[in-house]
Amino acid sequence: MTSSLRLRAGLVSIVLLAAFLGVWHLATRSTSATTTMSPEYAKLMGLTATQGKSAMPGPLDVGAKLWEHLRRPFYDNGPNDKGLGIQLGYSIARVGLGYLLAVLVAIPLGFLIGMSPLLSKALDPFIQVLKPISPLAWMPLALYTIKDSSISAIFVIFICSIWPMLLNTVFGVASVRKEWINVARTLEVGTVRRAFTVILPAAAPTILTGMRISIGIAWLVIVAAEMLVGGTGIGYFVWNEWNNLSITNVIIAILLIGIVGMLLDQILARFTRMVTFPE
Amino acid sequence: MSTFDDPFDAGRNLGAGCVCGQHRSAREHEQATALRCDPVESEEKRYEGVVASAVMRAMFPQDAARRAFLKSVGASTALAALSQFFPLKTATEVFAQTGTPEKKDLKVGFIPITCATPIIMAAPLGFYAKHGLNVEVVKTAGWAVIRDKTINKEYDAAHMLAPMPIAISLGLGANAIPFAVPAIENINGQGIVLASKHKDKRDPKDWKGMKFAIPFDYSMHNYLLRYYLAEHGLDPDTDVQLRSVPPPEMVANLRADNIDGFLAPDNICQRAIYDGVGFMHLLSKEIWDGHPCCSFAASREFITTAPNSFAALTRAIVDATAYASKAENRKQIAEAIAPANYINAPVTVLEQVLTGTYADGLGGVKTDAKRVDFDPFPWQSFAVWMLTQMKRWGQIKGDVDYKAVAEQVYLATDTKKLMTEMGLSPPASSYKSFAVMGKTFDPAKPEDYVASFKIRKAS
Repeated sequence: MTSSLRLRAGLVSIVLLAAFLGVWHLATRSTSATTTMSPEYAKLMGLTATQGKSAMPGPLDVGAKLWEHLRRPFYDNGPNDKGLGIQLGYSIARVGLGYLLAVLVAIPLGFLIGMSPLLSKALDPFIQVLKPISPLAWMPLALYTIKDSSISAIFVIFICSIWPMLLNTVFGVASVRKEWINVARTLEVGTVRRAFTVILPAAAPTILTGMRISIGIAWLVIVAAEMLVGGTGIGYFVWNEWNNLSITNVIIAILLIGIVGMLLDQILARFTRMVTFPE
Repeated sequence: MSTFDDPFDAGRNLGAGCVCGQHRSAREHEQATALRCDPVESEEKRYEGVVASAVMRAMFPQDAARRAFLKSVGASTALAALSQFFPLKTATEVFAQTGTPEKKDLKVGFIPITCATPIIMAAPLGFYAKHGLNVEVVKTAGWAVIRDKTINKEYDAAHMLAPMPIAISLGLGANAIPFAVPAIENINGQGIVLASKHKDKRDPKDWKGMKFAIPFDYSMHNYLLRYYLAEHGLDPDTDVQLRSVPPPEMVANLRADNIDGFLAPDNICQRAIYDGVGFMHLLSKEIWDGHPCCSFAASREFITTAPNSFAALTRAIVDATAYASKAENRKQIAEAIAPANYINAPVTVLEQVLTGTYADGLGGVKTDAKRVDFDPFPWQSFAVWMLTQMKRWGQIKGDVDYKAVAEQVYLATDTKKLMTEMGLSPPASSYKSFAVMGKTFDPAKPEDYVASFKIRKAS
């Protein structure tokens, strides 16, 4: 039964995709040239103006361009033009670094805050105010104070991805069932041991969920940050191609950003399943 | 007289118009006859030429006197006579070798527009390497970012809008950090583009309520557009809306009908036409022929800590600018700067900008060889003019020491020295008068100039 459901879902997915591509293709077909112009003038104009080619590329254009990119993902034509593989590598490295720093700060800090109801209440307003701030708002401040654009980008990822982890850790630690802690207490388990053998495993699923939300945010942030500071990364690639008004390349970048984001999310989802326990 | 003219040419016309009388200026005549096409010239020969030119100019500072002398003896005799009592060979050698740069690996930021042509092309065409530098030119997302990265010393020098170094030095919109401009990048090369639907609204008086985009508040684009609108009786602060929009977004916004037009740097103007969303209303040169647009800027700190690197960098830029100022090189330059690593734009678009034969978006092909031009000399009167406009539109308040600021930021004296070393002939004075839309600007009387405008922000 389940296998037939999966098969049918897969079929529907394929039909939806085909329908989407079909509509896209039809919507972006060239219309014939609307005005007549002298050949001398036409030579100086783009295809959009001369042949009525849609400004939006069709799926075939995107497919051809994507193939071109996939064939040589690691080319390096100087500091401002590198292959998509290299750009994605830069982005993933930046996200990894900023995210790792956030994990290193958020989890121990969240643990401490979660174990103390007083701190947890006192810090809550600050966290609530800092949480919804957009990466683009942090960027000028970071550039101005840190005075280094690549560190600024990492800082912005750090500051944006820290809050969901911190909040979830606090929540997870604070809501460990009282019975379990009381049992540990009756058995005279020390504070440190209690934290690692009782609270940590109990709070782990919530913490991991926070980490999963955070990696999604970090990946969202990197594109915005790189568009702003430029240089390298997939965000810079989007900006550079936007500069050239090459919507084809922008669509390819969107596709890749989506795929990488999904992969990162799946990795964290797997970790979450590993620590989940039945009650 | 332009920096790159040949002082050994007795026939060069000194006034307006050309020798044969068929062209509007001597330069157009030269382009038409293409007599001075000298593609493969050895390095040494070229240096010798520039050194000789400098000596010649030094001896006969008056154009008319030099012409009389050349006419009577002939150019080759004059050159031979010169070398009799002036060691041209030694001078050439001295010119070719300079102090070793303190720092060889430099980073220079640029914004992908054709204004940055000399900065960009100096990399693929080897001008930096020629002057002993290993320069990485880094594309940057916007003017604010390029400012911050240069202030942060991530970039040793950068491409900036001509008023930006003045604004940074004065602390407008940033902390006051002394910056300096050793060279102007380009003159002219901007344009007012309107959306295709405004084809019939060619009179600025009909533009009330329209939305226009400019690249940055401290830009020549802002001042030129405001000037143009004000001359036509529109108050740019109340009658229209001016928005700061990064150049690449301008075409997209014009297509989406968010703005009615823009005064933008080129390749963006031509790109809007190329994509069929707008037409060229006016080239910026029709507002002020020979206006500066972008500059090559560095912080005072870099100049004092690495003077030789700075000198070599400036030399490379001036050298590239000289190369770019020649019409016959423009096609090659367009191809060199078009790839994704540099400007990232179709070659056709860049060629139209640089060669000046362009589609106007209304179905016609126009030719204006001076659509964009390159002249490195940082006239201090340019800086004074920008300051008058900053004052006019309320960007600076209170009293301004126009001359002091201009002289501190626009390094005409240093550039003069460097250009003399390179054998180019810098102008004798650092101030020149010019006319903007027919109104003459006297750099000696900036306050009167500001006061003379009816439309300005009340201070």
